Amino acid sequence: MTMPRRLVVGLVVAVCAVLSAGVVPATAQLLINGAGATFPYPIYSKWFDEYAKISQGVNFNYQSIGSGGGIRQITARTVDFGATDGPMTDEQLKAAPGELFHVPTVLGAVVATYNLPGNPKLRFTPEILADIFFGKIAKWNGARIKDANPNVSLPDQPIIVVHRSDGSGTTYIWVDYLAKVSSEWEQKVGRGTSVKWPVGLGGKGNEGVAGQIKNTPGALGYVELAYAIKNNLPAAAIRNQAGKFVEPTIRSTTSAAAGAAAEMPADFRVSLTNAAGDDAYPVASFTWLLVYREQPDEVKGKAIVNFLWWAAHDGQKYAADLLYAPLPAPVVKQIEAKLRQVVYQGRPLLAAR
Amino acid sequence: MAVVYERSGGPGAEAPILPPLVGARRVRRRFGDRGFRELTRGAALTLVVMVAGMAAVMAHAAWPSIRRFGWSFIVKSDWDPVAEHFGALPFIFGTLVSSLLALLIAVPLGIGAAIYLAELAPRGVRPPVTFLVELLAAVPSVVYGLWGIFVLAPWLRTWVQPALGHTLGFLPLFQGPPYGVGMLAAGLILAIMIVPFITAVSREVLLAVPRTQREAALALGATGWETTRIAVLRYGRSGLIGAVLLGLGRALGETMAVTMLIGNRPEISLSLFAPGYTMASVIANEFTEATSDLYLGALIEIGLLLLILTLAVNGLARLLVWSMGRGPMVVRE
Repeated sequence: MTMPRRLVVGLVVAVCAVLSAGVVPATAQLLINGAGATFPYPIYSKWFDEYAKISQGVNFNYQSIGSGGGIRQITARTVDFGATDGPMTDEQLKAAPGELFHVPTVLGAVVATYNLPGNPKLRFTPEILADIFFGKIAKWNGARIKDANPNVSLPDQPIIVVHRSDGSGTTYIWVDYLAKVSSEWEQKVGRGTSVKWPVGLGGKGNEGVAGQIKNTPGALGYVELAYAIKNNLPAAAIRNQAGKFVEPTIRSTTSAAAGAAAEMPADFRVSLTNAAGDDAYPVASFTWLLVYREQPDEVKGKAIVNFLWWAAHDGQKYAADLLYAPLPAPVVKQIEAKLRQVVYQGRPLLAAR
Repeated sequence: MAVVYERSGGPGAEAPILPPLVGARRVRRRFGDRGFRELTRGAALTLVVMVAGMAAVMAHAAWPSIRRFGWSFIVKSDWDPVAEHFGALPFIFGTLVSSLLALLIAVPLGIGAAIYLAELAPRGVRPPVTFLVELLAAVPSVVYGLWGIFVLAPWLRTWVQPALGHTLGFLPLFQGPPYGVGMLAAGLILAIMIVPFITAVSREVLLAVPRTQREAALALGATGWETTRIAVLRYGRSGLIGAVLLGLGRALGETMAVTMLIGNRPEISLSLFAPGYTMASVIANEFTEATSDLYLGALIEIGLLLLILTLAVNGLARLLVWSMGRGPMVVRE
């Protein structure tokens, strides 16, 4: 009884050993680890997939643990690159053991969505939005909303504000915009991935906010553009810096970056909210990958800059399908210059192109 | 704890029961027993060390917040991550109120169902109902949360809250605009989630009550209700309290479903219609994006407080069981 069983166990072990020995060393794989923002996760995983096909054996492992986690991990050098939806602060950059580059990858936008009878197209001015989120405009048929939307019949209903309850880059972009257009918001509430909301209910994630809005007549909140498009949510046009009401689309989001390109700071740490330009949608933002200027490993460093180059060029064509806004051409030029500065022991890692 | 284990399992306790042993068998029994004792002792100690280690690590990580805010952390109700002012009172309040509300609904329901299943239900009814109850316990909390958002909250908003507002609106408990989500929704979903635990454990406890108890009560001329009350519930009360505690433990720590339904607003309001916030929810919501040491420390301190709160509630309940457990079966009526 015992002998055959032992034999079987031994055989299984032997077969496993042979199999694993045969599989592992067959190809020289390079694994690059990254962690950070959840918002760009769909496009990043698409890129990693596509890039693995054309590069020989460069694989990526990306953990979407949130921007805060991404910043912490790249600062601790536990990953090869980080990812964030909000630029690192000067303090955070100083805490890092080396100089960190912010490399924009794609753009996203945040939209105001709502639940009204028939879901008419609405238009908001920045002042109206700030006052709704302060609770100063409490009813849908308030005079100022009516003035901005002369052709829409608005109900005599309270506005129920819904915001994200979880810390998120989406919240950061939204309150960053409110802080830019309202000095009162900047002083009393400020900017952050979580803030102390003057009014409103908190929903967890885009789906929590959208679910709450769908189920509550008179509700208004903010979600990512991609999420709003995928779920057919109404999205308000918002008046931009140039005084035009612009609807949130992929094109108007890219325009926001084009408008900002002229005054782009060298480190790309720029807020695109309330950007200049006639067609610019005012609540847009880059999302960034974080890489060290001095790479500690030549092979990995080379693979990372080559991937970033590919992402800024060929990779951009995947963006629109996944409802991200591609980078405008002038910004791509600026990224090229940045990638040439990434070095290993003083030598640039990017092959001459 | 380890000391108690050793005493009750010590060699003196088993000596009279074991038959005399000889030769190799005796040696094996002796070493086997010792090994077994050390192994179980190790298991018990591991648990103690784990809890202590967890508390220590959390206290260490929470240190920036403990040092900055001191005791004011548990009495202040300001929560502003931008200005870094942190106070945990609204979260403590929300955790306690939502859990108590859940117990208020779930205990009568759960124990009532358990009495029916254990004492009164026809034989053919018991297995399917018991099976369904146990099935409820296996539903993941995110499913409860989604059901809450899409079914419970709209139902509360359109029917229950307006009705309560009309009839009992003079009480501060039922005032304010009906959002659907809020403390009431959170309490209800928690009640639904803990009822299966309370029912399943209570049913086992009641089934374990010796038949002679019931027969004795019936022989004295007690009615069905009296038999249940005097002979069954009284006999099993410490087990029943255990069942309630299990439910309470789950309610205190439940995160996902509550987060989806409580409205996530750090405010203390008397009204059950108003949104609130719980300790577990704020940790789940804000931990991933908390970057500064003080912010992280404040969140971890909330975790530590939740641990202490759970221990305190459990301790109180133990005390209750212990004080009731003395002079057990004396029926004074």
